[in-house]
Amino acid sequence: MKTQNQRAWFFVTPVLLLVAFNALIPMMTVVNYSVQETFGDNLFFWQGLDWFEQVLRSERFHNALGRQFLFTFLILIIEVPLGVAIALSMPKKGFWVPFCLVTMALPMLIPWNVVGAMWNIFTLPDIGLLGYFLNHTLGISYDMTQNPIAAWVTIIVMDVWHWTSLVVLLAYAGLVSIPNAYYQAAEIDGASRWAVFRFIQLPKMKTVLTIAVLLRFMDSFNIYTEPFVLTGGGPGNSTTLLSIDLVKIALGQFDLGPAAAMSLIYFAITLFASWLFYTLMTMNDNKS
Amino acid sequence: MRLKSLVPVIYILFLMLPIYWLVAMSFKTTNEILSGFTLFPQTWTFANYIDIFTDPTWYWGYINSIIYVTINSVISITVALPAAYAFSRYSFVGDKHLFFWLLTNRMAPAAVFALPFFQLYSAVGLFDTHLAVALAHCLFNVPLAVWILEGFMSGVPKELDETAYVDGYSFPRFFMTIFLPAIKSGVGVAAFFCFMFSWVEMLLSKTLTAVEAKPIAAVMTRTASSAGYELGLLAAAGTLTIIPGAIVIYFVRNYIAKGFALGRV
Repeated sequence: MKTQNQRAWFFVTPVLLLVAFNALIPMMTVVNYSVQETFGDNLFFWQGLDWFEQVLRSERFHNALGRQFLFTFLILIIEVPLGVAIALSMPKKGFWVPFCLVTMALPMLIPWNVVGAMWNIFTLPDIGLLGYFLNHTLGISYDMTQNPIAAWVTIIVMDVWHWTSLVVLLAYAGLVSIPNAYYQAAEIDGASRWAVFRFIQLPKMKTVLTIAVLLRFMDSFNIYTEPFVLTGGGPGNSTTLLSIDLVKIALGQFDLGPAAAMSLIYFAITLFASWLFYTLMTMNDNKS
Repeated sequence: MRLKSLVPVIYILFLMLPIYWLVAMSFKTTNEILSGFTLFPQTWTFANYIDIFTDPTWYWGYINSIIYVTINSVISITVALPAAYAFSRYSFVGDKHLFFWLLTNRMAPAAVFALPFFQLYSAVGLFDTHLAVALAHCLFNVPLAVWILEGFMSGVPKELDETAYVDGYSFPRFFMTIFLPAIKSGVGVAAFFCFMFSWVEMLLSKTLTAVEAKPIAAVMTRTASSAGYELGLLAAAGTLTIIPGAIVIYFVRNYIAKGFALGRV
């Protein structure tokens, strides 16, 4: 039971001020732009909700949003089961555990644009290790700057390479917290491998897996740097995800009004989905 | 059983292949890279690394990155400690809403904030300083630090606080000499994640700097676009950015699983 204490607000004030400075002021700027038209020289004209309407009706936005949902969906259905499978097959203790943890976490600590550049070098058709292997050893024609499917496969594999370890580490942490007595009881009952997974391991991993899904959702939905460095959104617009499109409109074309409206819609979608996850998570907490 | 232990081995091999290729490229001469495919460097060269360590634009990129990452971690942990204590020990008006609002900032796409951040930090005169990037990264690192630390603090029984007060400890003295040592692994994990997310972030740090505080990540994009195909140099610079992360993760390897186990990432 926590103590009722309103003076606790003093403790959270520094955090509040710092985050508010970084979040509220920029957010107000975005809101400002989203309802006005500007021709430079700090001249602004009231525009109402026109930009929102324009964005919501534009084919370009629908396409980018569609690609974004497809990307996030593929990431989740590949990385989560794969991560759980790898965590299940990792040793529980011994010399190899720290080795596995360190090497698996390594991709997550590489700056995002370096990840993009690394995969670019890795997949160059004639001098990249993967590109050369596919083109010259297997004889599959592969060039992600020409072929949209190849570009999609490459950004998906890159993200699997980059972030599956997060799911592995989370699932692994959930697994090692299961007391041995559970497994002994299952053995006495003659439970099958599947039953052990379904009724012992999966329920114990539920909380960490919810967090894994939530984090992977947020981060893959907001992804920008890695695909931008690797494909630049191409070939054509085939890998122009939501963030890439947003930066193109805001900093490339300097269409501040539509970009701001798009930002708010984008943020609202992320927020709504995250709220959904957060509610589900706290619902679980209350039950247990 | 044999088959099962092969899975992590294959996975780690998959993780290491692109990294190997980057490192191998960094030791090749430009001639060798452009003349065709070679699995290992035929003639080892350190020219790419020497270029980086003798050109101030390059090595200052590293120093700049390390400076703002350090400032960010210190600020994040310092402000997050009291806040996390408040969240873990007290209930107050609006606590749940505040906590969720903090977390929403972890969810904001960086692309949304790039332009307004540029204007905000230009307006307050911090543009192109290390402090600007450090403060901007607080947007997602402070909520994260609060979240991680709150988890660790809730694991410490409340009786510890009460006993200390009965023994006549003042709050600051209790916090510094008793409570902080009790959660030091939590502080380590939080600092590690602040370091990690500030080190890998690229869009904001690039937007908020021009010359004086330019991060290594931005130096790399400039080289890649202006000087054409200097793949060896690019690979060497990339290889060097992996090293700080590898060092940090080695030191916290035993805490990582614990940090993840609390589900506070």
